[in-house]
Amino acid sequence: MKLSKRIFAGLATASLAVTVTACGGSDSSGNFDDTVTVGILHSLSGTMAISESTLVDTEKMAIEEINAAGGVTVDGKSYKIEYIVEDGASDWPTFAEKSKKLIDQDGVPVVFGGWTSASRKAMLPVYESKDAFLYYPIQYEAQECSNNIFYTGATPNQQSEPATDFMYKRSPAAGGDFFLVGSDYVFPRTSNTITKAQVKQLGGKVVGEDYLPLGNTEVAPIISKIKVALPDGGIIVNTLNGDQNVAFFKQIQDAGITPSNGYYVMNYSIAEEEISTIGPEFLEGHYGAWNYMMSIDTPASKKFAKSFKKRWGSDRVVADPQESAYNMVYLWKQAVEDAGTFDDNAVREALVGQTFDAPQGPVEVMANHHLSQTVRIGEINAEGGFTILEETGVVEPQAWNQKHPSSKGYACDWTDPKKGEKYRM
Amino acid sequence: MQLFLESLFNGVAIGSVLLVAALGLAIVFGLMGVINLAHGELMMLGAYSTYITQLIFKQVSFLKPFYDSYVIVAIGIAFLVSGTVGILLERTVIRRLYGSPLETLLATWGVSLILQQFVRSVPLAYASGLVVALFFGLFSPLFISDDLLSGAKGRLIRACTWGFSSLLGVATGGILSSLVSKLSRASARNVDVTAPSWMRGGIDFVGITFPKTRLLIILITVVSVLVVIFFLDKTAWGMRIRAVTQNRPMSDCLGISTETVDIITFGIGSGLAGVAGVAVSLLGSVGPNVGGNYIVGCFMVVVLGGVGNLLGTILASFSIGIMTDLIGAGRLLTIWPDMPSPLASTIDFFATTSMARVMIFALIVIFLQFRPTGMFPQKGRMVES
Repeated sequence: MKLSKRIFAGLATASLAVTVTACGGSDSSGNFDDTVTVGILHSLSGTMAISESTLVDTEKMAIEEINAAGGVTVDGKSYKIEYIVEDGASDWPTFAEKSKKLIDQDGVPVVFGGWTSASRKAMLPVYESKDAFLYYPIQYEAQECSNNIFYTGATPNQQSEPATDFMYKRSPAAGGDFFLVGSDYVFPRTSNTITKAQVKQLGGKVVGEDYLPLGNTEVAPIISKIKVALPDGGIIVNTLNGDQNVAFFKQIQDAGITPSNGYYVMNYSIAEEEISTIGPEFLEGHYGAWNYMMSIDTPASKKFAKSFKKRWGSDRVVADPQESAYNMVYLWKQAVEDAGTFDDNAVREALVGQTFDAPQGPVEVMANHHLSQTVRIGEINAEGGFTILEETGVVEPQAWNQKHPSSKGYACDWTDPKKGEKYRM
Repeated sequence: MQLFLESLFNGVAIGSVLLVAALGLAIVFGLMGVINLAHGELMMLGAYSTYITQLIFKQVSFLKPFYDSYVIVAIGIAFLVSGTVGILLERTVIRRLYGSPLETLLATWGVSLILQQFVRSVPLAYASGLVVALFFGLFSPLFISDDLLSGAKGRLIRACTWGFSSLLGVATGGILSSLVSKLSRASARNVDVTAPSWMRGGIDFVGITFPKTRLLIILITVVSVLVVIFFLDKTAWGMRIRAVTQNRPMSDCLGISTETVDIITFGIGSGLAGVAGVAVSLLGSVGPNVGGNYIVGCFMVVVLGGVGNLLGTILASFSIGIMTDLIGAGRLLTIWPDMPSPLASTIDFFATTSMARVMIFALIVIFLQFRPTGMFPQKGRMVES
């Protein structure tokens, strides 16, 4: 008893000392009244590191920009944003573990993180059980709507649906048959289920579908199938992952599956970064669909690309996932300032309805924790960028896809306690 | 007929990638009994050699006119690079572990991880400098007479050759990194080998398109197999290798230097992995993990063919290739359109790339149940068994 009292006293003294130092620290930081620490959680090692490290770079840049402009102002006090970067190591359980660490040990009010759907699915129960908040920046298959996640990437109706519509109605292969190729995991399979339903509605025909196991680069059987299914050209929808695209595009070109022979490939996972890896000479004349493309000719877009190059090197490019990551940091800052507190529940309420002049144009946070945004269809050009062919107006996100048989007629609304995650419209 | 030809070509094309990748392993695993899990990473080094050769041909002015032929040069360079690293691996790790397959397996797996991380975190220019230093360090004593290498003076001369070769390595690294800026920074990003224009596209013949890269890979495979067969059957060192494979103590007694035989066998096996790396780099992208994707396939081919038998390896890889095409592309349905519906739906179910793999693995497992030693088991009495 005596001992524990002593320990308690010791702890109290220690914590006092920490508080004093903390105060001393904030004095020396100059213009700021205090600091707030946020979490950044992406893979910095393993197979996903190449893609995810670009998001860390972008998020750091957004935080630096906000700090340079005076930080976050809450209740008349200005806060400098600091960050803790954790490595998810391309390993899904690690993402969950590091999330727990960031929430419990570091006590961060928000975590910016994730790339693959598998990592998000692993983190979701952690954020729900601890009632914390994750900001997730990647275009994904939707069919999910959590109160504890804010999704700033596109849902299928903000990417694949306008793209399928374009391919069937207005592309050079308009009216042609579809062949669907993807890597064998949840995003391509869900996305293709939606595409199949949509093609049927449009009156078109899907003549074949194949999935390449992750890590496999032998695409010869798929090429034979495409040639049998589409002997005179047609539309190929491609959701292959990373490196597998290189093998696919090198080999289809050799096999004569090219735009000049009437084959047009629409890609959902190839952005500027990937074009430079695969080589524009293999991709020229094919298509991509994104919310943001580096070639968008607006001051906001140019400024975004320019400051990223200035911060991280002139050979770097910006692409859609990075733009999403950039937006979510700013949207969090705005929501915190509106809420007047860092408290999750208040920020969550303030978040819905926030608008932001993003590099892609205006975006708005909807009641289902997704963003309404613009969709663009681009043709890949010889310089390794997109020539933008079409731009939709602002498209509202559907967390539950209206073409997927399992979720037709459902929606999500977190502003109305009676509706919540999934309600029948 | 056209269908048959196309199917056969596709099967041979897939099979030849497997064969060229498994050929080195067939020698190392088949003849020496070494389970080398770093075989895939030796392929990866070959693929990176192709990439570096391509960049050098692009950047250096007097090599530019010969850019179109860089692939052929790359084959030789990749053989030397992977062979050198393989010999180093044999000298430092595997030699100490002969006769203990489990330890070899673990150690080579460790080496494969080290090699993967090595290409991620070391700039390629300095990595090639290191290989150059190793190459001259290991091989220059072979060109110095034995008299000079004996005694205290010999030790000094050996030290000198290593000093000289490290200088050469540092120079190579420096020159490369200043010449080709892409090689001067470490990067975990996958890189890309672009085939010269004469190798792109396809040849149309009897209504079928034959992709030129596939034809080149088949050619590389055929030449490699012929050279290996010639080497093993017709040359003195080939005969010694076969002798050591069959009976190591007896060959030792008869005056064959088994240690040298080990080095040569392992070096050739590793070098062939490098050649496979060139072939693979023409098909997909080059990255630290490129070899890992092939290693399972390689072991599958060698075990199915029968350990220690080249003919088995050849047949096994082509049969796996043809099966992959037949099942994966759903050709059986095209050949026989009105087959009974339960059979047709089963075949349709397996006619995707993922399921075709499952099917082929299952068939191999069943085959090995009946013939555990593969298609062509080694005949005769072996000392080890």
